[in-house]
Amino acid sequence: MKMDRRSFLSFVIGGAAGTTLSPLPWKLTDDLAIWSQNWPWTPVPEKGEVSYANTTCMLCPGGCGITVRKVGDRAVKIEGTKGHPVNNGGICILGLSGLQLLYGPTRVPSPLRRTGERGENRWQKVSWDEALAWVAEKLADLRGKRLSHTVACISGTDGGTVPRLMERFLTAFGSPNFIRTPSMRDSYEMTLHLMQGAQASIGFDIENADFIVSFGSGILEGWGSPVRMFRANSVWKENGVKVVQIEPRLSNTAAKSDKWLPIHPGTEGALALGLAHVILKESLYRKDFVGTHTSGFDRWSKEVVEEWTPEQVETVTGIDKSTIVDLAKSFANAKKPLAICGRGKGNTAGGIGEFMAVHSLNALMGNINRKGGVWAVPGSDHIHWPEVEMDAVASAGMQQTRIDGAGTDKFMHARHLLHRVPEMISAGDPSLVQALFVLDANPYYTLSDKALLKKAWAKIPFILSFSSFMDETAQNADLILPNHMYLERYEDVPYAEGFNKPFIGLAKPVVSPQFDTLHTGDAILRLAKALGDPVEKAFPWEDYEGCLDDTFGDQWEELQEIGYRVESDFEPGSRNTAFETASRKFEFIPEESKDAAKNVMVKAEGEEPAYPLVLIPYDSPRLASGFIGDPPFMIKTVPDTVLKENDLLVEVHPKTAQSLGISEGKPAVLKTPKGEARVRVHLFEGIMPGLVAMPTGLGHQAYDGYLAGKGINFNDLIGPVEDEVSGLDAAWGIRAKLSRV
Amino acid sequence: MSTNDDKAKEKAVAETENHPGHSEDKKGKGSGGSILLFFLVGIIASLLVGWVVFPKLLYSQKKQPINFNHAFHVETVDEGCASCHFFREDGSFSGVPKLAQCTGCHEEAQGEDPEEIKFVTQYVEKGREVPWLVCSRQPNCVFFSHAAHVELAKMECVTCHGPIGESTHSKIYEENRITGVSRDIWGRNIAGIKRNSWDRMKMEDCAECHAEAAAKEVSELEGPMEGFFNNAVKIAFPKSLSGRKTSVQTQNEACFVCHK
Repeated sequence: MKMDRRSFLSFVIGGAAGTTLSPLPWKLTDDLAIWSQNWPWTPVPEKGEVSYANTTCMLCPGGCGITVRKVGDRAVKIEGTKGHPVNNGGICILGLSGLQLLYGPTRVPSPLRRTGERGENRWQKVSWDEALAWVAEKLADLRGKRLSHTVACISGTDGGTVPRLMERFLTAFGSPNFIRTPSMRDSYEMTLHLMQGAQASIGFDIENADFIVSFGSGILEGWGSPVRMFRANSVWKENGVKVVQIEPRLSNTAAKSDKWLPIHPGTEGALALGLAHVILKESLYRKDFVGTHTSGFDRWSKEVVEEWTPEQVETVTGIDKSTIVDLAKSFANAKKPLAICGRGKGNTAGGIGEFMAVHSLNALMGNINRKGGVWAVPGSDHIHWPEVEMDAVASAGMQQTRIDGAGTDKFMHARHLLHRVPEMISAGDPSLVQALFVLDANPYYTLSDKALLKKAWAKIPFILSFSSFMDETAQNADLILPNHMYLERYEDVPYAEGFNKPFIGLAKPVVSPQFDTLHTGDAILRLAKALGDPVEKAFPWEDYEGCLDDTFGDQWEELQEIGYRVESDFEPGSRNTAFETASRKFEFIPEESKDAAKNVMVKAEGEEPAYPLVLIPYDSPRLASGFIGDPPFMIKTVPDTVLKENDLLVEVHPKTAQSLGISEGKPAVLKTPKGEARVRVHLFEGIMPGLVAMPTGLGHQAYDGYLAGKGINFNDLIGPVEDEVSGLDAAWGIRAKLSRV
Repeated sequence: MSTNDDKAKEKAVAETENHPGHSEDKKGKGSGGSILLFFLVGIIASLLVGWVVFPKLLYSQKKQPINFNHAFHVETVDEGCASCHFFREDGSFSGVPKLAQCTGCHEEAQGEDPEEIKFVTQYVEKGREVPWLVCSRQPNCVFFSHAAHVELAKMECVTCHGPIGESTHSKIYEENRITGVSRDIWGRNIAGIKRNSWDRMKMEDCAECHAEAAAKEVSELEGPMEGFFNNAVKIAFPKSLSGRKTSVQTQNEACFVCHK
């Protein structure tokens, strides 16, 4: 039988009728509806038991306690730990975004060995045994050639067991070159050392202060321990505590303060001395403290009274002299006034003269080691390891001068001067650094003077990064030995920046390692083992957890349970931390740095008329500018007056823009003595005329597609300016030229 | 002058004239039968496809990783189903036990059963979770609270899960290739006909029970055509459109109680 057109149609109609009478279309419709709601890219919450695990955040030096909400084995949310002494339930946007660092695409999945050129981002996976053997071989070779001192480590922190293990490793190996990344911690430590003879961290009893003068400190931008500062700010508002913010730009802090005093950038130290002048002249200082507990007051006050009159200070700072007098009087008449400094988040060191000037202001008011004042907090004393037994090679290596020159005659009081390293490496031939380790730091991004850095980088034959993330430094390394990220590992956090009590937080693994990573503590122990004695015998521990257990002894279990240790009844000065100077008094003019007071201002690099403007950085809580880059959650919160698509916007006062013929949103070229960048212009009346303000934390080349290639790295446009007295990098800005295109 | 085409036309016309009606008759008779035949073939074939072939193609068959004997376990434990399938402290339901619950008894093999030995050697000793295939798992977009049904409404497990506690071995898991969920959700019967309350668990089945429980609440239904949707919701979730909240726990309206 032949099928003709009609038969075919009838077959189709029959088929359709049959299909309708079968479950096929109805079932298929239902299934497709379900299928469309379950596409694999639709996020689906985990199923399982809900639990909470406490640990310590390690994304900044804030030392906040965090509580991670888990469903089954998956971490799903990070919250602040309620009742924690530092942050009591609060959390910042970076801390909140930590899970994107844990599960995001920026993790280094296993040990990686470079196959292409440096920075090409071409890698080969290697096993841990292979990778560690390779490092040990390189190190043994250097030691054999008596070049142990050419191994250096750049670390983001010190004082905790992991950086201390690294330091110990270098000591036993024979290198003095353990270098911490710069921050205001350097300048405050040195201030306490010089003026009070204390080896201590700075602590601020901010909650009890009743009048705050902030010399550019970003109280709401991430200065100190950020969440603690946010909370303190709320308490101040409730209690009517006055905050005076002194900085050239209307920052969040300035906007929320009771009074904002725009000041010529870099002259904050002069203003501090101007205020001191008024207080001295009007005899408003606390005579009980100054009379009995200080030394060098007469000489110092004579200098201040002579040199820093309100008229002179007005000329320098641009702040009206009557305002200076009023501010000085309000400050001195407050019961518990407090002056703080360290610009923005305090990510740079700053000049020692300025820090000492501000600290003197506190001393005048007698609020050193007092309620509501500045406290010298002794460093944590939890590590009591046996002395390292050095062999001849190690001793010889340890006697070599540090690459950064810290501790030499010239920079006697400096402990770490990382900004000097690129220059020293570039100058030396062969390189003074033959092997560089990088731990919890991203110097390839955070160090300024990129041209010099790149030159120095190219001269280092072997660079090893311990980063958990593919950051700029890891991307430009030869080998990456990824650490567990902070939510996967144990580590002690020995301080919370600016906290006024001795504190140790403990980071604990809340999830098991997601990748083939190894705790850097264990990596160091295994390297020591591979090198054999005498390095090996400096490490009498099986593994890192054994080391922690041994270090904390009978407190280990309690620390694990509570998650932190705090001396809540700590009284400053009750221990031998106050005034250990030769005179046993507070030194207004420390013998070792007589010139500091004369050096309260550091000039920005560059000259007029080639560079008629001044470029200053500004920090934002929405832009992580330390060794961690912005996770996707955070970068999404950056407004388009800061970052528009991939273009960075610099802030310029409308008058300045008008004189340059540039209008809102227009592209421009920003040129400094250190670099050049194409930017866009945002007109902002909250910035002083003659200045250009640029956000920090952008311009990453590494991390993920959400961050890489967005904006400009401020560090590419600036170089270090060395403070002659301390050796610290005192750069606060750089002269610049902005031209339309 | 005539072309070849014209001649052909003439011929055709002549043929038609010679045998009037003949070709029409032939066509009519033959096509009538074959049309019906093809219609029947079409209908039968499609019915076969819809009822027999389609279900076979739709589901893939998978074996459970361990052949589990529910009956034996229920006999051994004290608290029936809740011994392993319990409510957590926060009120959430634990569902299929994790390895941690099993190891309470099965740290080591208790007997000679090869399935138990396999379980101990492959999962307990290696600390791996058993990748159970869960027949009762609803699609991800469905929210279901065991607490509301078991704790508050005091329903028996068997009402929805059937006599699974009496089974002595794990049945073959049939997975819907399109949705990825178990065949048990739609039910064994491809037409969706059920004999027992636990045979299938689609929205209508939830609705059936909810409607029954609150049948007295339903008073005014709208006309069948214009009020179709409203009636359906009213029957399914009688309290929602009558101005009262559907969910005692959440005090929320109907749809989003279950549909996420």
